[in-house]
Amino acid sequence: MSHSFLAAEPATGRPQPDAVVRLEDVGKVFANGTVALSGLSLAIAPGEFLSLLGPSGCGKSTALRLIAGLSRPTSGSIAWPAARLDGRGLPRGEIGFVFQEPTLMPWQTVFGNVWLPLRLAGISSRQARPAVMEALAAVGLEPFARAYPRELSGGMKMRVAIARALVMRPRLLLMDEPFAALDEIARQQLNEDVLQLWRRTGLTVVFVTHSVFESAFLASRIVVMTPRPGRVFSDFAVAAPADRDARYRTSDAYHAVTAKVSRALQEAMQAGAAA
Amino acid sequence: MNALPPVEDGVGPTAPDAAAPATPLRDKVLRVVVPVGVLAVVVLAWQAYVTLSQVPRYLLPSPADVAAALWNDWGILWPALLVTLRLTFVALLLALAGGAALAIVLAQSRWIELALFPIAVVLQVTPIVAAAPLLMIYTDTQTTLLTCAFLVAFFPILSNMVAGLKSVDHNLLDLFELSGATRWQTLVYLKLPAALPYFLAGLRIGGGLALIAAVVAEFAAGSAGKGAGLAFRLLEAGYRLNMPRLFAALILLTGTGVAIFALTSLVSWLALRRWHESAVRRDT
Repeated sequence: MSHSFLAAEPATGRPQPDAVVRLEDVGKVFANGTVALSGLSLAIAPGEFLSLLGPSGCGKSTALRLIAGLSRPTSGSIAWPAARLDGRGLPRGEIGFVFQEPTLMPWQTVFGNVWLPLRLAGISSRQARPAVMEALAAVGLEPFARAYPRELSGGMKMRVAIARALVMRPRLLLMDEPFAALDEIARQQLNEDVLQLWRRTGLTVVFVTHSVFESAFLASRIVVMTPRPGRVFSDFAVAAPADRDARYRTSDAYHAVTAKVSRALQEAMQAGAAA
Repeated sequence: MNALPPVEDGVGPTAPDAAAPATPLRDKVLRVVVPVGVLAVVVLAWQAYVTLSQVPRYLLPSPADVAAALWNDWGILWPALLVTLRLTFVALLLALAGGAALAIVLAQSRWIELALFPIAVVLQVTPIVAAAPLLMIYTDTQTTLLTCAFLVAFFPILSNMVAGLKSVDHNLLDLFELSGATRWQTLVYLKLPAALPYFLAGLRIGGGLALIAAVVAEFAAGSAGKGAGLAFRLLEAGYRLNMPRLFAALILLTGTGVAIFALTSLVSWLALRRWHESAVRRDT
C-alpha cells in the first residue's frame, strides 16, 4: 500500500529473501469481533530501525504481539526466513520485547530482573553475571544492579526493561511505545540512547509509537498505518544521517521528515475515515 | 558494548533512611509513653471505681483482684492456655498449607476452579461452629475443635491466595511466555512471589480467626478435664461466679490475640520490607 507522493524513497528495493521476519496478508480478529488488522504485509530487513506509526487503536501493538508470538494471526502468515525455530514456531531467544510499562518484578533487584530471561533458560546467577552486567552497562545502569525497581525513576526502570530485552542478545528488538509514559526530557535522552545502542549493536528494531517526532528522530524506515483495521498506508526510508543526536532535532532535515510523516499520517487518517 | 554516559534522567536509588531526618528521641519516647499512659489511666480509673463504689467482686473485680487471680490460678490457666495455643497454631499451620495448596490447584485451570469453588463457598458461608455438635458425633472433641478452627482460618487464606495468583501483571505473564518459561517456572518465579502480599494478608486475618474459632468451637463443643482449653476455664469460672479468674482468662486470650497479630505482622513486614508498598515507608 505504498502511497504515491512518498514514492521518491521507496523501501521496496531491499533484498527480500534476507528479511528477519515477513508478515504476509496478516489479519487479526479478536474474540469480541473487533478487526484489529486486515491485510497487513510487511517485511522487516536485518539491521533496520523500523518505526510503526499510527493512531491509537490502529493495531500496531497487535502487530508487534503477533511478531513476538504472543498472539496468533487469524489469517495470513508470519515467516522467519533466516532463523531456526522452536516448537512454537518462534526463533528462540532471538526476540527482545520492551512493553509500554517497564514491567519489572518488584520483588527482584535490578540484577534479578535483567537475569530473568537467562534464568528461565536455566543459567545460574554466577554464569549469567557477565552478560547481565554488560546489558546493564549498555543502558548506563551498572551501579544500580542491587537496587530495587521502586527505588528507580520511571526512565531508569525503562532502561532496566531495555537491558532485560538485550541480555539474550536478540537479533530483533520489539518496542511497544516504550517511552510514552515518560516526560519529554527523559524520552529524548532515552531516544538518543536507544539510537546509539542500535548503531553499535547492529540490532534490528521495530519501534511502535504514535509520536511523529519520535518516529522521525529514530527510524531508518517509517511505516504509517491506517486506523483500525490496520494495514500499511505508506512505507518509506528516512535518508537522514545515521549519527543523529540532540542537534538533529533542530535541523532542517529533521523538520522535513516530521512534515512528511505528519502529512502521511493525516492522509492515513482520511483514508481510514473514508473506508 | 561500551557504556553509555551515566544516567541523568532521574534520581538515584535512595538509601531508605538517608534522606529522611531521624525521628527525634522525644518523638520515639512519646510513641511508647502515650498509649501505655492511656492504658494505665484506664486501669487506675477501673480500680478507683471498684474501690469507691464498692461493687461486689462477683460482679466486677478490681484490676488488683484480676492480677491476684492470674497469679494464684496460674496452675489452672497456664495448661489451658497451652491447649488453646496448640489448637490455634496447628489449625493455622494446616490452614496455611491447605489454603495455599488448594489456591495453586484452583489457579491452574478455570475448570478446576469452576468445579471446586462452589464447595469452598458453601463451606465458607456455613457457620462452622454451628456444625460442631454434629462433628462431635463423628469424631472426638479435639478433632472437632481442630476442624472448626482450621476451616475458619482456611478461607481467608484460600481466597486471598487465589486473588493473589490471579492478579499477576499480564505483561509479566507475556514476558515469561516470550522467554519460553515452563508452567512450573511461571509459578515459582512469578505467580508465587506476586501472590505473597495477598497470602500474608490472609495469614494476618487467618491468625486472628484461628484463635477466635478455637475458643468459640470449645464453647460449642464443650470439653473438660485435662484437655480443657481457656474457653472451658472461662465458662467454668463464670458458672462459679469466679469473676477474677474469668477476667484473667479473658486477659490471657486478649494477650494471645495481640501476640498472634504482632507475630503475623512481623512475618509480613520481614517478607515484604524490601519491595512491597505496604511495608515500605512513604517518602515525605
